[in-house]
Amino acid sequence: KSSVQTIGEEQIQNPYTELLVLKGHQDIVRFLVQIDDCRFASAGDDGIIFLWNAQTGEKLFELHGHTHKITAITPFSSSDASEEKKHLILTASADRTVIVWDCTSGRQVQKVSCFHSTVKCLTVLQRLDVWLSGGSDLCVWNRKLDLLCKTSHLTDAGISALLELPKNCIAAAAGKELIIFRLIASNDESEGWNILEVKRLVDHQDNILSLVSVNDLTFVTGSHVGELIVWDALDWTKQASECNFWDSSVHPDVQSEIKLSQSPNETSVQHLTSDEECVFAAVGKGIYVYNLQMKRVIASQRTAHDSSVLHIEKLPNRQLISCSEDGSVRIWELREKQQLPAEPVPTGFFNMWGFGRANKQANQAAKKMQENIPMYFLELVGDLIGHSSAVQMFLYFGELGLATCSADHLIILWKDGERESRLRSLTLFQKLTENGDLQLKL
Amino acid sequence: MISAPDVVAFTREEELEDELCNEPPLPEEYSVPLFPFASHGTNPWAKVASSKFTRDFILISEFSEQVGPQPLLTIPDDAKVSGTFDLNYFSLRIMSVDYQASFVGHPPGSAYPKLNFVEDSKVVLGDSKEGAFAYVHHLTLYDLEARGFVRPFCMAYISADEHKIMQQFQELSAEFSKASECLKTGNRKAFANELEKKLKDLDYTRTVLHNETEIQKKANDKGYYTTQAIEKANELASVEKSIIEHQDLLKQIRSYPYRKLKESDFHPYEPDCVLDQASVGCDQDPTTSDLAEPGETHLCAHVPSYTPKLIKAKSAKCFDKKLKTLEELCDIYFFTQTLDQLHQIERTFRGDVCYLLTDQISRALLKQQIVTNFLFEDGSFLDEKPSEKQHRGCQGPSQDAIDRKCSEELSAPKVVISMGSYKSSVECVPIKMEQEIEDSQEPKLSESVTFEHQENLDYLDADIKGSISSGESIEVLGTEKSASGLTKSESQASLPVSPSPQVGRSKVGSRRTVSEDSIEVLSTCPSESLIPEDFKASYPSAINEEPYADDEEGGLHFTPKLNPDNADEQEEFKQDNLVQVDSACCIGKESPNFLEPLPDLGQKPCDEDGVVRIPPQPYWQAEPGLRGSLGGFPSHDGISGGLLPYEVDSRYLTGSREVSKSSLDECSDSTSYISSAASTCSDRTPSPAHPACPASERHKKKAGQNALRFIRQYPFAHPAIYSLLSGRTLVVLGEEEAIVKKLVTALSIFVPNCGVYAKPVKHWVTSPLHVVDFQKWKLIGLQRMVSPAGVNVLPALSRYSRYVSILDADSKTLRCPLYKGTLVSRLADHRTQIKRGSTYYMHVQSILTQLCSKAFLFTFCHHLHLPINEREPEESVVNRRMNFLKLQLGLANEDIKIVQYLAELLKLQYIQEPGRRVKPLLRFDYVPSFLYKI
Repeated sequence: KSSVQTIGEEQIQNPYTELLVLKGHQDIVRFLVQIDDCRFASAGDDGIIFLWNAQTGEKLFELHGHTHKITAITPFSSSDASEEKKHLILTASADRTVIVWDCTSGRQVQKVSCFHSTVKCLTVLQRLDVWLSGGSDLCVWNRKLDLLCKTSHLTDAGISALLELPKNCIAAAAGKELIIFRLIASNDESEGWNILEVKRLVDHQDNILSLVSVNDLTFVTGSHVGELIVWDALDWTKQASECNFWDSSVHPDVQSEIKLSQSPNETSVQHLTSDEECVFAAVGKGIYVYNLQMKRVIASQRTAHDSSVLHIEKLPNRQLISCSEDGSVRIWELREKQQLPAEPVPTGFFNMWGFGRANKQANQAAKKMQENIPMYFLELVGDLIGHSSAVQMFLYFGELGLATCSADHLIILWKDGERESRLRSLTLFQKLTENGDLQLKL
Repeated sequence: MISAPDVVAFTREEELEDELCNEPPLPEEYSVPLFPFASHGTNPWAKVASSKFTRDFILISEFSEQVGPQPLLTIPDDAKVSGTFDLNYFSLRIMSVDYQASFVGHPPGSAYPKLNFVEDSKVVLGDSKEGAFAYVHHLTLYDLEARGFVRPFCMAYISADEHKIMQQFQELSAEFSKASECLKTGNRKAFANELEKKLKDLDYTRTVLHNETEIQKKANDKGYYTTQAIEKANELASVEKSIIEHQDLLKQIRSYPYRKLKESDFHPYEPDCVLDQASVGCDQDPTTSDLAEPGETHLCAHVPSYTPKLIKAKSAKCFDKKLKTLEELCDIYFFTQTLDQLHQIERTFRGDVCYLLTDQISRALLKQQIVTNFLFEDGSFLDEKPSEKQHRGCQGPSQDAIDRKCSEELSAPKVVISMGSYKSSVECVPIKMEQEIEDSQEPKLSESVTFEHQENLDYLDADIKGSISSGESIEVLGTEKSASGLTKSESQASLPVSPSPQVGRSKVGSRRTVSEDSIEVLSTCPSESLIPEDFKASYPSAINEEPYADDEEGGLHFTPKLNPDNADEQEEFKQDNLVQVDSACCIGKESPNFLEPLPDLGQKPCDEDGVVRIPPQPYWQAEPGLRGSLGGFPSHDGISGGLLPYEVDSRYLTGSREVSKSSLDECSDSTSYISSAASTCSDRTPSPAHPACPASERHKKKAGQNALRFIRQYPFAHPAIYSLLSGRTLVVLGEEEAIVKKLVTALSIFVPNCGVYAKPVKHWVTSPLHVVDFQKWKLIGLQRMVSPAGVNVLPALSRYSRYVSILDADSKTLRCPLYKGTLVSRLADHRTQIKRGSTYYMHVQSILTQLCSKAFLFTFCHHLHLPINEREPEESVVNRRMNFLKLQLGLANEDIKIVQYLAELLKLQYIQEPGRRVKPLLRFDYVPSFLYKI
């Protein structure tokens, strides 16, 4: 018996009524990255990168060059105003190389293979026109792939995530530590940069798994044991923290059930995403919505999936999409639940936590607040079933649809059937006009 | 197929009027031709009782110079077929038609004997006493020992049904021409061989004689010649003359233009024998070797070393000498090919004429539905392009004619959808689906040709009269000439004309009384006699060819190509059509089916030197092709009965060889149908096998039968069929493969195609299904696993349950969305009176065709999908769309989804880039499913 909320076969709000299976990969597809409005790249354990047209599902290019699985991929578009925009992608692989690809021609532009360890993350600082690679050390490169500077060997585990912070700073997640670096322009050369370790933050109890920037002033980290810390992006101080997502001591009715299933895997913060107001966390099998202003979780779905949630994304229309190891993709909607003040608060549905350690006072304050603020809950509006194995990631293309990639080697393009049908009609009548077969009788 | 021939039997005019009085009548070209004698109250199946044979057959007979007309063989080679019918007498009749008035063996004054390369003649004969009507195809074969080197033969298609012969004249003529061409090609080869041997003999004789003369000269040097010496010298001279004559004959026979072979569709050898050629070791360019290479090398190559004999100077033509048999007259490979071809003809034209007619009409009509016909029709015949015809050689003879006919008709159609009747919310949007321009030019051209020939009518008239003057007993019912006017008008009609009831009736009216002597020449087409003298080029080289040469046609100029590659196909095609009109000038007016120009009379514009040569191929080289054609026949045989056992009149169960071959599986429930079938199918012969795709024809019957059983057996057939029509994959789950496959076969007739490729049907799968499978297949037979390997099958199925409907063949349940529409109930009524599989199949097809036309209208109505102006909101377009579907197309509830799905398929097909496959995509709805139980 599972406590996962299910939705029947009738899903009126689910717009995705057409799918297109894109075949090509021979191993787990782990990464999807958007190149421009209608193109995206996919990469995974087979070391091949595919470029796809998101509208037609057409395979544009098949990029071969890596001999091992891809560990990181990032788009790198030129900022030159003079030239036409050039779309590049950077890929890092377990073969200790990084390759720059040209998305227009489908050719390899350049290859760097002087790494001592696998590059686990890549990030582009568009503003400075440099890119960084993080492995056991942190390297800074310019567009021409010259190594500008690098740090000394940091950790054996290596850097798992990088995040650009204001004032030329970078946050790097290396194991349990969060290290802040600063890029300083060197005096002698015009284009030289030096990198300086500024601070090490050791507030997390376990490995930091996710790192996301909320706005210029805040960023958020999540760890394997379910800690979520909100940081000030300027002075790197802890603004708020949320931990023990699983701990429901305040809700004795569900406590026993939760405790039973409690394990680090169940509570690890797999992925974080945010909009201006909220941070959306994929914690274990559940989804939590943390409001930054209120500094508490305002809505949650403890068991949103049958298995760990791997990726989560907020859509503009108050919807949330999550994908999971169970092979399904689910669409949620954050809804307001207007409550009568006199009614007792139904707390079973979501957790509330104050900042820091929960104390009675904060708890009471939170309850007090609830009485005059609207309540939220996550409603399941649809699910997409197509993959037969874990859905690693997805890419939301707005109108064009949704691309999901999975361990079953497939990429599926989910599309709005109504829209596609209309587009086909449009194409049809265009073709008729071109062929001169369409005559309008007046 | 659009129309069901079974319906014909029950259409009485009065009933029709009652039923249809409220509805607007169908355009004439779409209506099934009424049985012309329906008003006389006769049963259309009741044949002329007087005929003494049980079914149609083909008779080959010869006018032997020794014994006169004699029958040689019949096809099928079965004594039961001809029954008590007097073949000898009939042979006499058919051979007595003097068909070659202008035939000249040794024209007086010519130096050498000439070979007359005469065209075959085609005559329709009626023998009302015998109750036999025949299409008679006369041809001559060469025989060195025969008088004038020629042996007259004829092939006759004999049927009790006069209308069949008349209406199918065109097709019969085309098919028999091919067979004749094949036979003649083989004969020329054999004749050339014979000539070579004779030449060697003569050469040897000359040497011997020469030596003897020399010896005699030396022996007596008296200065004068002895009578003996003079005799020898005369003998030598006559041998030398004979050598020259024979050499000339050889030259003539070798220079025989093989252009017929090139331009007609007949190809005795498989054209793709490039490999064979390579293996033979001919280093010729494969593109040219086939046609341009003179045959000498090949001819000599395989002739076994021949020891010349001494021959008497005057080998008298004695009557005790045994003439060569037909088999000896012809190269064995070509002889077998010809027989195959004739068997094929017999198979094609057997059965009632209405089968042939409806089939031809529906095929022609289907060809026009270029936008929608891929949905439910067999891909097999849609694929057939003129360029591909060639490669099929002898195998699909009548198909060519139909193809040709259809492509002819394709030139005209302009699908003009006038939305006049949909006034409410839709503005008038005529959509014109035009064919390529080059196509539409054909008819005009041919028209002008027809006109050109009007002035020659005098000639034609005279010639025809001359050719039928051979006896008081022979009466000409009609000459083919009179059709010229019709042909002309026909070329501009936008739709193919089917034999309309009116024409039929007028024909009845003009039926003549049976004459005493009982032989009637219903129509003649001696093409030789059609050629005005002016057009005959007198070649000094003494080849008396019928020159349909370019310039003499006046204004028409052809540039024939030597290489018949695909690019030129169209070109040749036109030429065919142009030339065919010549013969169309003389087609009997009262047979409406003759309206199309003759597909092939072998009269083709020739290339510059008038010669296109194909090297006669060594026998062994041709063998693979032969084997291939023979290999193809068992399948033909298996279904050649046309009807499955339970559909065949019971008295044929014993007689017909083919029938017994049919599998027992299909006999399983035969008993219940025999009685009913006998009532409706008292036809004397099984219905014709469809040469295009016999396998699929068989499949259709089987599928129809299974489908009929399915809808009777399962009360939830409707939602299952709805699933298929709306594009939701239906999984048939079961333990036993045979049961599952049977169900899949039954249901496959309801599955719309996603492209012009194979149906998206998978009969048997044992591994767990995946989302890709649903994208690819719309009907799947799935094994319910008992072994541990199949553990994943069911979970996978329940996981993807939103995409599939599941029909459980073991527990007889169906899990699928609700269906409340009305369309499927017409398609699959479990109380249907239809008994036969093939009939039900056609019933389904006709309803599906109707559905297709709705989908077509829906798809190609501009304002249903796009706003009329830019400011119009999307909702109003959606409203208009729904209104159209509900009110104009009269669709209820779920039927809308069917049409929408078909429309999507049409769009995908239409907008696909040429040369690229339609990308399979899976469309689905989030609708709840229900479980149905028996």
